[in-house]
Amino acid sequence: MKNALLNFFRRIEPDKSKRLLHTAYDAFFTFAFTPNHTTKDGVHVRDGMDLKRLMVNVVIAMQFCYLLGTYNIGHQHFVALGEHLGLLEGFHLKLFYGLVKLLPMWIVAHLVGLGIEFYFAAKRGHGVEEGFLVTGALIPLIMPPDLPLWILAISVAIAVIIGKEAFGGTGMNVVNIALFTRVIVFFAYPTEISGDDVWVAGLTKASAGGVVDYGWFTVHVLNPLFSSLGWETFNTAAAVVDGYSGATPLALAAKGGWEAVTQVYSPSQMFWGIIPGSVGETGKPLILIGALLLVATGVASWRIMVSMVFGMAITAILFNAWGFTAYMQVPWYYHLWMGSFLFAMAFMATDPVTAASTNRGKWFYGFFIGMVGMVIRVLNPAYPEGWMLAILFMNVFAPLIDYFVLQSNISKRLKHAQ
Amino acid sequence: MLFTIFSQSLFAQSAETGGSDYLLYILLAVVVIALFAIIIQVSDNMLIIEAQRQGADGSGANFGIFPRMSEIFKNPVPEYVQDGSFTALKKGFDILLEGEAESKVLDKTVSTFAVQPPNFIGMQPIPKVVVGEGDQVKAGDPLFFDKNRPEILYGAPVSGEIIEIRRGERRAIEAVVILADKEVQYRQFAAFDLENSSRDELVAYLLDGCVWPFIRQRPYDVIADPKDVPSNIFISTFDTAPLAPDLNIVVEGKGAAFQKGLDVLARLTPGKVHIGLNANAATAPSEVFTGAQGVEKHWFKGQHPAGNVGVQIHHIAPVKPKDRVWVLGVQDVLTIGTLFLEQRFDAGRVVAVVGAEVNAPAYIRTWQGAKLEDLVKDNLSNTHVRYISGDVLSGKQKHLDSFLNFYDDQLTVVKEGDDYELFGWLAPQEPRPSISKTYLNFLFPDSRFKASTNTRGEKRAFVVTGDYERLLPMDIYPQHLIKAVINGDYESMEGLGIKELVEEDIALCEFACLSKQELQKTLREGLELMRAEE
Repeated sequence: MKNALLNFFRRIEPDKSKRLLHTAYDAFFTFAFTPNHTTKDGVHVRDGMDLKRLMVNVVIAMQFCYLLGTYNIGHQHFVALGEHLGLLEGFHLKLFYGLVKLLPMWIVAHLVGLGIEFYFAAKRGHGVEEGFLVTGALIPLIMPPDLPLWILAISVAIAVIIGKEAFGGTGMNVVNIALFTRVIVFFAYPTEISGDDVWVAGLTKASAGGVVDYGWFTVHVLNPLFSSLGWETFNTAAAVVDGYSGATPLALAAKGGWEAVTQVYSPSQMFWGIIPGSVGETGKPLILIGALLLVATGVASWRIMVSMVFGMAITAILFNAWGFTAYMQVPWYYHLWMGSFLFAMAFMATDPVTAASTNRGKWFYGFFIGMVGMVIRVLNPAYPEGWMLAILFMNVFAPLIDYFVLQSNISKRLKHAQ
Repeated sequence: MLFTIFSQSLFAQSAETGGSDYLLYILLAVVVIALFAIIIQVSDNMLIIEAQRQGADGSGANFGIFPRMSEIFKNPVPEYVQDGSFTALKKGFDILLEGEAESKVLDKTVSTFAVQPPNFIGMQPIPKVVVGEGDQVKAGDPLFFDKNRPEILYGAPVSGEIIEIRRGERRAIEAVVILADKEVQYRQFAAFDLENSSRDELVAYLLDGCVWPFIRQRPYDVIADPKDVPSNIFISTFDTAPLAPDLNIVVEGKGAAFQKGLDVLARLTPGKVHIGLNANAATAPSEVFTGAQGVEKHWFKGQHPAGNVGVQIHHIAPVKPKDRVWVLGVQDVLTIGTLFLEQRFDAGRVVAVVGAEVNAPAYIRTWQGAKLEDLVKDNLSNTHVRYISGDVLSGKQKHLDSFLNFYDDQLTVVKEGDDYELFGWLAPQEPRPSISKTYLNFLFPDSRFKASTNTRGEKRAFVVTGDYERLLPMDIYPQHLIKAVINGDYESMEGLGIKELVEEDIALCEFACLSKQELQKTLREGLELMRAEE
């Protein structure tokens, strides 16, 4: 079978002069086969680990978040309508609805991002590098489920071109590309990504008076399919129940502190993730499993994760002690369960390219992310979440942290010389 | 402390559910356990005091019931470490390959030997060759010298006829090839009185005896300058590279020569001769090493590159910027010792022919610069292999009609991995060595691998961080050093410690490099840049 596939690939190999086509061919070929290059000029045996394997390990660790996130899109949608309130009721409806919302985002993010990467790789004359596998997997998880696809495409394009390719491609970017994409949507189309209405999918308004807003695919493909199978179908005339608010726990905490949060959501609900929010950030135990997987396999740095928790905890404890606003009085350990802290810790802050590269620097880097993110979350009146901005901020400072660590090494060496 | 942190949430939860009884019960349980712990601790201490009063024998462990923290976490020092310093190196990685040599030394007829000028860093491409094709030479006769440093003579390892002066590109001399006599004839040297001669006379004798090329300097790993005076001399008596020969087998019966070599070296430096000894094995190293006199002994325990002399220098006495230190290999010291004991140039070597592709890996007693074809004759089942003079990490690729390099005592034969692997990066079909825990190799720490020369991926920019640092047991940031070399940043290179490294130290980092970068080549470029500036 391997030889048959190899022959197939050799037959369809385009001419080397057609650069873009050959680059695309090369990307798929190296996806299927590790190349037959042997070592020259250096070690003769190389480690079995390469960048493809590393990236795929991160993507695999994120799959748990994908599973719950997809299902949760559907579940929150129906909770808003007052239908199928049990977690497993209407299973097929929720799952398919989640997929209808998520798959197009995933496909668009990958098409646009990979297309740009293919173009630049062809232009520069090297193979497509695997950096976008993780970025493309992260982008759908940090977006609200209803984000218009054209906004997503524009943001991905700007982020990949300006944030990554302008600096030289994979391994050269200063800021985290997935967060950069989100920040472009945040600043250019703020109504799509902030407020109480955007975190539940498929409604005209996530409060009293809103009605469902099903797309063509749901009404004309899924509904006939489900009714032909004898399953329940989507109710195209449903409306948001009275008293429902699509506010996330963070939005509630910003308005009224911990009491406001517990009126709507219980801590257990927040932990297990059955709350509105970005697609991937809600399922905390799954994120923790993913994080443990990454640390156990040595793919992500545990130093950044631990120091980020420390930074956040210490800042939150200080805020508890100050207790000036209701938000500050939210008990410090509950900040872990609200918002995207765990997701940012496990997948965003640990990006090795944009984080500090020295081990000592990683402690400072994670600690300051925790501190700055907490400050933005609690003190910022306009936006209840802080990790995107904190991580981008520390990404810019990471080289400075490394510089100080290296300088201390250099001066230690010079002192020995005396 | 943890309890006080979590007590907050406990208190909060108990207040909600109205279950304040639980808190009370838990506190009570904690108090009872603490009371028991105190009683046991006090009685344990009294046990220790009583045992010490009775004068009981305290070797092996402490007297109490519980192990001390230092015993659990600190590396246990092996019993055979009696004198000298002990250093446990935590960083590093042993690559376990198939094809280890059996512990016996065989004799094999190797008829062709050569000395290869490209083996010596900094040697001009066309050195002055003082013999011609067809000449008869004795072992120890000079063959060529570098016109920039004419006092350093490079001698013939065996006696015989010069059958070829092999030239390469632009008439550079690749090898001076000798067809060996059946019985080696040695050039006779005058005896040398070590105690009563001056250092200059000793240096002149070494230069004339063709043994000076064995003495290399750090930094840069070039042949030492005879006008230099080194601050210290270092010898590592064990090699932790993959499939490296066990030097205990190599020095068996050669104690007198080794000691004489050490005495000679002690006269060359105002500092000390330091030898690095192996504390990894269950049994003590050879008497030849442990019984060495007039040297400072340093024991090292740890995975590769603990056996690298550069790593040992870093932990014994790091090289200062203006310093020079000298290093030698164990078999080189034997040659020097034999020159002084028996007044002949004995370039005999015990070479380990190893690798999974060798049918019967073994130690072979031969001379320096043996022809590879003769070394592996009738011992290979597969000819699609790569011949490496040295180990798989820092050795050089050779062809069958080429010769073992000057400083190498190992020939590794590994499979050429030039075939495609279906989804090799996701679901590999055959096991391969890796430092990554995404491979389940770490669950089977003693498993050995068949080496293959496939690159296992393509070259990428630097992405992961922290990998090199956990493989190099030195206070150096390798990734930033290599980046400084790539940028040609002279000050950063020097400040980050490039002078403390040579290729073999960073070879393990290159093995593990996920981005398949060429670290050794880059390091040498940086070292040459620094050497040119001096």
